[in-house]
Amino acid sequence: MKSQNDLPNFSRRNFLKTSALAGGGILIGFNLFSACKPDAIPPVDISKLNFNDFNAFLKISNEGYVTIFSPNPEIGQGVKTSMPMIIAEELDVPWDKVNVVQGKYDPVNYQRQVAGGSQSIRFGWDALRQTGATAKQMLINAAALKWGVDPSSCSASDGIITNTNGVSIGYGAVAKDAALLEIPENVTLKKAEDYKIIGKNIRNVDNDKIVTGKPLFGLDFHTEGMLYASVLRPPSFGKKLVGFDDSKTRQIQGVIEVVRFGDKIAVLAENTWSAMKGKKALLAEWNNEKALESSKNHDDELFAILNSDKGKIQREDGNIEKAFKNADQIIERTYESPFLPHNCMEPMNFYANVTTDKVHLVGPIQTPAWTVSKISKLLNRKPEEIHLEMTRMGGGFGRRLYGDFVEEAAEISSLANKPIKVVFSREDDMAAGTYRPATKYRIKASIKNGKITGYHLREAAINGNMFGSIAHFFPAGCIPNYKVTTGFYKSNITTGAWRAPYTNFLAFAEQSFFNELASELGKDHPKLITELLQNVKGTDDKRIEYSADRMEKTIQLVLEKSNWGNTPQDTYQGFAAYYSHNTHVAEVADVMIENGRPVVKKVTVAVDCGIVVNPMGAKNQIEGGVIDGIGHAMFGNFSFNDGAPQDVNFDTYRLIRMQETPEVSAHFVQSDFSPTGLGEPALPPAGGALANAIKAATSTSLFKQPFINQLEMNNSKILG
Amino acid sequence: MPTYHLKINGKKREVTADSDTPLLWVLRDELQMVGTKYGCGIAQCGACTVHINDAAVRSCSTPVSSLAGVAITTIEGLSEKGDHPVQEAWKEIDVPQCGYCQAGQIMTASAFLKKNSSPSNQEIREAMQGNICRCASYNRIEKAVKLASKKM
Repeated sequence: MKSQNDLPNFSRRNFLKTSALAGGGILIGFNLFSACKPDAIPPVDISKLNFNDFNAFLKISNEGYVTIFSPNPEIGQGVKTSMPMIIAEELDVPWDKVNVVQGKYDPVNYQRQVAGGSQSIRFGWDALRQTGATAKQMLINAAALKWGVDPSSCSASDGIITNTNGVSIGYGAVAKDAALLEIPENVTLKKAEDYKIIGKNIRNVDNDKIVTGKPLFGLDFHTEGMLYASVLRPPSFGKKLVGFDDSKTRQIQGVIEVVRFGDKIAVLAENTWSAMKGKKALLAEWNNEKALESSKNHDDELFAILNSDKGKIQREDGNIEKAFKNADQIIERTYESPFLPHNCMEPMNFYANVTTDKVHLVGPIQTPAWTVSKISKLLNRKPEEIHLEMTRMGGGFGRRLYGDFVEEAAEISSLANKPIKVVFSREDDMAAGTYRPATKYRIKASIKNGKITGYHLREAAINGNMFGSIAHFFPAGCIPNYKVTTGFYKSNITTGAWRAPYTNFLAFAEQSFFNELASELGKDHPKLITELLQNVKGTDDKRIEYSADRMEKTIQLVLEKSNWGNTPQDTYQGFAAYYSHNTHVAEVADVMIENGRPVVKKVTVAVDCGIVVNPMGAKNQIEGGVIDGIGHAMFGNFSFNDGAPQDVNFDTYRLIRMQETPEVSAHFVQSDFSPTGLGEPALPPAGGALANAIKAATSTSLFKQPFINQLEMNNSKILG
Repeated sequence: MPTYHLKINGKKREVTADSDTPLLWVLRDELQMVGTKYGCGIAQCGACTVHINDAAVRSCSTPVSSLAGVAITTIEGLSEKGDHPVQEAWKEIDVPQCGYCQAGQIMTASAFLKKNSSPSNQEIREAMQGNICRCASYNRIEKAVKLASKKM
């Protein structure tokens, strides 16, 4: 088993540099994931912050105020609040003296190119603590020098340094001197029991701006003279543009230009509405370049994969064939899920201004480095000429990992020779997606003498789904004969990561299946999982990341908090436990029957994500993740007919709304492990817990998402 | 193109736009008031909610030509200092995740509370049904509306 604190190597030696600011105070430039360039020097003027050399800055003013400059934007998972909390903890300053600043837009003098990839608390934890602690030690050293005492006789707390003679001085008074000192090599990090900020409820640092409607998002970005671009894309996957007539488009007030690029046509206008109207007025002719695929054909193809013995073996333990041959009983179930669009509330958009001397890009994107390299290739420009600024993102869920909309913006600006912003309509956003691939699982288990002896999971997915370490998740290591096989159907429909990739549907399939196994064995579902977990304890299999001990504690906590097995007669419970994204989660859903239909009233969640940095933000992520998981398991339905998506807006595509929402009650396992992420792990088990609760309430096993379809078909049975 | 005289957040504004232009795009593109958000364009998600004479209205489906003589309030004008009881409650409960839909949520909630100052939880859930939050911060929206009702 891997150590629970295994992290990439991190060298503190070269990750930060300091300078004395022209206006007074100290500026520390640091790099969260890599060493700084040897010649990198933080500027003395804070308007010249260069995020090429450092990906974050910490400023301590002469007045003792602390400013953390971060170019890394917020998708909604709270890192803009929680990451600075970690620095402030080790620096030991009161949180109300800390200001978190995202570098402002400066389209004329932009100097910052964001180089950092997506980051998380897990990877930032060490560097953030080291940064805060190093800054504190430098301030202590400066004070000691001033007093002529040994630094070891000084201590610092709440922004004040005190020596053993009882003399005190504020951080601000020594900030300037500290900037001239050597950076200390070894600093002491705080013990968890001494934390004053980590573990406290801290509110989102952008709340004031969000509730007053300040410009924050990509769609809010604007420059003088910028044109809005609405793009007509092929109406179906597999179609190609033959030609088009734009005469009606050009008659629309505000339309400036029409640009064809590849199989797409961009209408450029003075405002969004004219651009959208202009696009609707285009008469385009398409032909079929490739086969037009439909969900019906996909179903046939995926079942053919499940029915065959072909596929890639992702993991194989023992002898699965023998286990099935010797079994007293074999249980086999098939689980199905459709494609899913991401539906970020802020539709895809990006600003581009391609000129002879530089390429300026602004907007919401999670993968700036990858995107810059793609634009560099697309426009045949040096990466140094490409300046990419990230804005806050109106949701990500995986969609903003893919920079297709940035490429569109860059290409249009390059062709039109103008600053433009590509704006997707909701219909564009849903029809030109990188969808969660439609996936089917077939799980087969053997039982011998009341024990599960074999487990074979087969996956069939559009363009593939599961990979990496997932085959080594539970129940790998718990069942002696175990096999995971994956196969895929290559489709021209674009697919990609969707919140809690690979596991968002797998967790439902697996935990529904274990619920069925528990029924067959006459056991309580959580008890069966706990028993199986005993088998993996002490394993020397390095591929196994999950911890049986941590999962067991998480399960115990959820059973206690949900009052498992002791609920009123009209309340039916379902359980699911799942490890994903380095976090252990267990959930219990409470379902009641109202007007003959199952209604989920409450979901109790227990989480072991290590040290909880910001419980208020962490609970927000858990609440959202659970409701998102339930909403998509219940309603998410996205299919194709002749290459065209069947739903393109919220009138027919159903997302969960307020009245379908259960109360989510989140609880943390007390843990001293390094923190792990929370944006995703609460989502996967939610569908499983819900399905198992619905089964308890209605005796109907759910095999296919969205559940609403199966429930409506079986409605008479539920009523009966 | 015709010129329209609008009253937005207590101020007179003059805009030139095609008669079918939705108020949403007049606010965002002509007046650079970008607090009101585009989500679906067909009045299904509530991200674009504003008040017209105190009623919550979807600005994406309200043509600029229909607004003569009405008082329009946007998120920027809900309160002078960002301290409307609903805004205060939103901050106190720490509602936002990505934050994109929240202006629309706040505008729906504030219009609702003006009509019903002490709603039940069920009334709150019904009133907020038209606003989608893709991050699913619904639990906190429900709590914040309840808290705001006590502050009003």
